[in-house]
Amino acid sequence: MAEIETENKIKSEEYFVNMGPQHPAAHGVLRLILTIDGETIVNVDPDLGYIHRSIEKMCERDSYQQIVHLTDRMDYLSSHINNEAVCLAVEKGLQLEIPDRVKVIRTILSELTRLASHQLWWGVMGMDVGALTTYFYAFRDREMINDIFEETCGARLTMNYNIPGGLMYDIHPNFVKRVKEFVAHFKTKLPEYDRLLSGNIIFINRTKGVGVLSREDAISFGVSGPVARGSGFASDVRKRHPYSAYDRVSFKEIVMNEGDTLARYKVRILEMWESLSIIEQLIDNIPEGDHLVPTKAVIKLPKGEFYQRVETARGELGVYINSDGNKNPYRVKFRSPGFSNLSALNHVAKGGKIGDLVSIMASFDFVIPDIDR
Amino acid sequence: MEMVLIAVAYLLVFAVAGLYLVLLERKVAAWFQLRLGPNRVGPFGLFQTMADALKLVSKEMYGTNRADKFLYNLAPYFPIITALLAMAVLPFSAQFQAFDINIGIFFLLAVSSVGVIGILLGGWASNNKYSLIGAMRSGLQVVSYELSVGLSLLTMVVLTGSLQLSEIIEVQKNGWLIVQGHIPAIIAFVIFMIAGTAETNRAPFDLVEAESELGAGFHTEYSGMKFAYFFLAEFINMFIISAIAVIVFFGGWLSPFGITEEISWFPSVLWFLGKVLIIVFLMMWFRWTFPRLRVDQLLNLEWKYLLPINLFNLVFMAIVVWLGWVITF
Repeated sequence: MAEIETENKIKSEEYFVNMGPQHPAAHGVLRLILTIDGETIVNVDPDLGYIHRSIEKMCERDSYQQIVHLTDRMDYLSSHINNEAVCLAVEKGLQLEIPDRVKVIRTILSELTRLASHQLWWGVMGMDVGALTTYFYAFRDREMINDIFEETCGARLTMNYNIPGGLMYDIHPNFVKRVKEFVAHFKTKLPEYDRLLSGNIIFINRTKGVGVLSREDAISFGVSGPVARGSGFASDVRKRHPYSAYDRVSFKEIVMNEGDTLARYKVRILEMWESLSIIEQLIDNIPEGDHLVPTKAVIKLPKGEFYQRVETARGELGVYINSDGNKNPYRVKFRSPGFSNLSALNHVAKGGKIGDLVSIMASFDFVIPDIDR
Repeated sequence: MEMVLIAVAYLLVFAVAGLYLVLLERKVAAWFQLRLGPNRVGPFGLFQTMADALKLVSKEMYGTNRADKFLYNLAPYFPIITALLAMAVLPFSAQFQAFDINIGIFFLLAVSSVGVIGILLGGWASNNKYSLIGAMRSGLQVVSYELSVGLSLLTMVVLTGSLQLSEIIEVQKNGWLIVQGHIPAIIAFVIFMIAGTAETNRAPFDLVEAESELGAGFHTEYSGMKFAYFFLAEFINMFIISAIAVIVFFGGWLSPFGITEEISWFPSVLWFLGKVLIIVFLMMWFRWTFPRLRVDQLLNLEWKYLLPINLFNLVFMAIVVWLGWVITF
């Protein structure tokens, strides 16, 4: 530990604190080894592995249908989008023509998942900077989305609704009605989020100019998702490499140039509006047709490499499948957004206070099982 | 005999105020957060906090391994004793005041700043880095905001010309001090509320026990009744700060505009408690709405804004009193 000499020759010493693996601000079992000088952060050293379940290795053991179920457990707040990524990669390998109906439903569900994830993030962000009430407001609205999921596929968190070739079941007859109800409801509630937290002077002080990540650093750290877009790096996979039905809807890619915590916050709030608009564009014209292209019971991908990227609520998720022609993949690799985003944490948190670190972590929106896998 | 009765009465007030303020906080929080709050134990959950207290009393004392045992065990008594001492000088009504000393306000300030020693000791003796950071923050915070509490009350003392609490209330027979002192008094009240919230370590100034940063701050390592002492003291301190605000700005146990002057049977203590509850509600409103400040912002707010405003306000008040611009009816 480096000794620091102050002007009056009083010797002070840096000390280290374990933030986690059990800590209220870590939202999971992330262990940050902090080196602190008083209240100022000198170094942040993330220590991973507390929730490592070797999902990638398990994928080599399982068939392609089974892999989908494992991906729920990575970024559990974007479980539907994770499922979709694997299914798209497998469908790419099989060169399946997916019906429009499936594409549209997948897109609607992806956006609902994104909304649910951002709502949870908003509640937790408020809680991390000390405004405890936001949590309950967010959960009130998230509950409606969870109810829709429950009706559609029987699960509220780990959906398992996608299978290679389409969807496990067709949507529930109530689906369209309830999604419309939710969109109408949430359009009145989203301004409430702004009134409660966004304009608060203490909140702005806590977030403005805190944890600045420049565009160059964002790119070189491989940051993606709202964190990158808060730094002015337009990296939205939905726009750059459209998949499912994203090429047939019009939406804005939210980009802010400040790169601070407040910018990341605003990006997510505005993204919620865009998600609502995407859902509105699609919900009225879900094409008729099949919800599934039948595949063989045992899927064998041709020999080769297959890669599919999607935009989860946290950023770019890449699924890499290396197949040797068997019923199991030879190697599967997930490029998870949380892991890359975490790598930038030390860079932006250095020199800040402990309170800054907490608000930066909240604005990065970490889901630990996504980092560790 | 009389002393014993008074002591019992005060302990009763202390316990009831503590327990029911906790319940009130939970109800208010629930109301803000679209929840119902405690409603299972007794009607409207009225016995919830009693059940909680019973649980805390019967809990095993559990502490850290290499803590400084003596200081660790001593610390929880500081906040609770100082809270009791401060309670003793509060005039609940004309007849209900244990000690009416002539330096009442000064005594309240002096006593309430001793409570922080308990927090510092607790954080230091716990042998836990989070507790220590919490305790150091609390030291910073209380030392800084003590100034603003003192100066804003001093501003009002300039108006009343007395430190004695009963006399301060007597002066307000012709209008509450916040009306008498108009602009400077309102400024003093706003500053007092901000600094008072900070003094009691409540949100948005709850850095001492900032949950998302430090776990539970200085009382991380306390359990059972020792934790309950810290917890209870926080609520009693909130009551005391509100009571000071009511006494100094809103006429204490006097009714507004002398409504109940003629009705002799109406207990003036109800006016006092009613006003205190309104201020307490205000503080709870702060807590469940505002995010938390950062430690350097906390100090900036005090030393760069509140303190200079306060000093100018003190001079302003002196001028107002000197020129006789005081509003009386």
